[in-house]
Amino acid sequence: MSGHPHTAVSLSSLNQAIHVRGLRYQYPDGTQALNGIDFHLDAGESVALFGANGSGKTTFVLHLNGLLRGEGAIEICGLPLTDATLEQIRSKVGVVFQDSEEQLFMPTVLEDVAFGPLNLGLSPDDALTRARTVLKRVGMAHAVERAPYHLSAGEKKRVAIAGVLAMDPEILVLDEPTTFLDPPTRRDLLTLLRGLPQAKVVVTHDANLARALTTRAVFFDQGRIAGEGDVIEIVQRFHWEYS
Amino acid sequence: MHIPDGFLSTPVWATLDVISAPAVAWTARRAQRDTQDHRIPLLGVMGAFVFAAQMVNFPVGPGTSGHLVGGALLTVVLGPAAASLVLTAILVLQALIFQDGGVLALGANIFNMALAGVAAAYLSYRLWGQASRSTAIFAAGALSVMTSACLALGQLLISGVPMTAGVWWASLGLFLISALMEGAITVAAVRAIERLNPAWVGGPQPASSRTVAGVGLAALILLVVGTLLASIAPDGIQRLTGQGVDSTTWPQRTKGGLAGVAMIFALCYLAGKLKSRRRSA
Amino acid sequence: MHHLVIDRWSRGSSSLHQRDPRAKLAALLTFLIVLSTTRPAAQAAFAAYAVLLIITASRARLPILGLAGRAALVLPFSATFALLTWWSGDSMRALALAEKSFLSGMAALLLVATTPLTGWTAALESWHVPRMLILVIQFVYRYLFVIAEQAQRMRWAALCRGRGSFGLAAGLVGVLFARSWQRADGIYHAMLARGFRGRFVPAVPVPLGASDALFLSACLAGCLGIRILL
Repeated sequence: MSGHPHTAVSLSSLNQAIHVRGLRYQYPDGTQALNGIDFHLDAGESVALFGANGSGKTTFVLHLNGLLRGEGAIEICGLPLTDATLEQIRSKVGVVFQDSEEQLFMPTVLEDVAFGPLNLGLSPDDALTRARTVLKRVGMAHAVERAPYHLSAGEKKRVAIAGVLAMDPEILVLDEPTTFLDPPTRRDLLTLLRGLPQAKVVVTHDANLARALTTRAVFFDQGRIAGEGDVIEIVQRFHWEYS
Repeated sequence: MHIPDGFLSTPVWATLDVISAPAVAWTARRAQRDTQDHRIPLLGVMGAFVFAAQMVNFPVGPGTSGHLVGGALLTVVLGPAAASLVLTAILVLQALIFQDGGVLALGANIFNMALAGVAAAYLSYRLWGQASRSTAIFAAGALSVMTSACLALGQLLISGVPMTAGVWWASLGLFLISALMEGAITVAAVRAIERLNPAWVGGPQPASSRTVAGVGLAALILLVVGTLLASIAPDGIQRLTGQGVDSTTWPQRTKGGLAGVAMIFALCYLAGKLKSRRRSA
Repeated sequence: MHHLVIDRWSRGSSSLHQRDPRAKLAALLTFLIVLSTTRPAAQAAFAAYAVLLIITASRARLPILGLAGRAALVLPFSATFALLTWWSGDSMRALALAEKSFLSGMAALLLVATTPLTGWTAALESWHVPRMLILVIQFVYRYLFVIAEQAQRMRWAALCRGRGSFGLAAGLVGVLFARSWQRADGIYHAMLARGFRGRFVPAVPVPLGASDALFLSACLAGCLGIRILL
């Protein structure tokens, strides 16, 4: 069923953070990347997205803040995703991309974290204050004047999360957050993420992370959802472990 | 060729600073008008790419290898205004951080490489791009290097840096070899890029603008040749053999030479405009 | 890499590091202009300029030999022309050529070794250098080492599979280009995701302080004094 974004009656119940109905998306070369995705996320809930590389997980999450636009209905916190609501939705959905190098594009950590608040219309002073507060929250207050190049993978990820938190989002989308991180860094990141109150969508291959951070899991296969349920059960059903 | 500080005489570096500043402002405005701030990450990344690509060895013979300069490549991929801006950014970083080129000499280096060099590449590509793509790209690479190097040489000589005839000819010979290598390397690089995604390489302009491109290129070449000739001037033989500089007549003759070049440029430009207007009528 | 050392130096905390970048940039330009217009015969002036730079470097707690080593990168180029000038009989001018290029390099290094990139680009912007150019400079610098390192790794991987060749180099440049373009797309997505609406929001300049004015006056006095007196 393909909904129209301008439907007067909301398709979702009031406390659903994300509501997606019948999402379809085709790449420019014609491949059908998403073939009718129905998805929901409640406020404060954390969901893991599993699936083979190329199954559509990342393509799907890029629709949640309108970076990709497909057919179907998407509602974020009750707001339908349209050209007019893009700005608002992007302040509600914070995406932490897989590649921190591409996410931290400003010359210094502080400027990068202040980028979001400045775009939201805060004054330079307020934006910097908020940036400092958020950096303290993620444990990177000591790095404010550092250049992103000099940070380790784990530090970069923290700063990327800070940059997103500085927008005060209600939903966090994390695309493979633990790739390239060593075990101690992964543990620290997990502790940080568990302490964040926002609803979370976590794309990951890391079953341990999923089990520790999320309660529900959705399994993607070739652009469709092949299974959904309790995260431990899904991991078992689809054999989604490294050994 | 990046000219360090201390080589150019004050009138030369100051004039080129004065010429380059508004020219850079114009290219920035032009690049911004076309793309707003959207393309800034692309321009920045392309600049970093050129820096990195300049370090790649292209073996051309036993023990010899060439390197990409990248002006023509940037022009073909990004268009002249954006390419000019990226090269200017690179030159500023090279001058301040990498000590490659002077700070006062930035005007000269920007003029030679980011303005004249890019113009030569763009005009060549526009002129010959329809007829033969590879030839056009080769010419773009070769002419951009030749233009910037010859202008630099001319500026050094006008500033009174002494040079024997042998060194002068040897320099020109070296420039020619670098120019040919840049042509070949640029063609190879553009082909490799196109194979991955043809959309990244812009196509040449339609045929009706070829006259303007031709006239523009001719005027540019005249400017370069004129600068070189003015730099060796009628007193050139004396200076080339190191017998000191006649400080009263050569500045006047240089000005005369440059004025002559400017007049020829203006005449060609007008002629070109008339011709293209007649053709489109 | 070279620029990483400078990056490290630029984050020091000496009194010179704390001076406003605009004052330092103005001091640099004054020095360069004064140096450039000094007559070749005024060798005492060149010595005095060198002393001035050494004093500044030690105030900034920077390694003088390290700075000199980097400034010396210009010497192969200037030495060639210096030799040519010497052979044509103008030995004063030859010496001046080498000295001017070396001292200019040292002075520029002092600026970037005491001022992070965002500092001196902000100074340039306050002097009406086009904002688009400033942003491109910052982005080029940001991704310079990332892409250079990537190129290095690709080169090693390719060399593991055979000798270097022209075709290999071209292919490498092609792939590096492709990855760079895709990286730019990724950056643009990240910008959009954080509310980018087409314009980077400009920074607000801080007014110059008394110590900055004092510093600049001291530099001006020093340079002009040497130029006029020696």
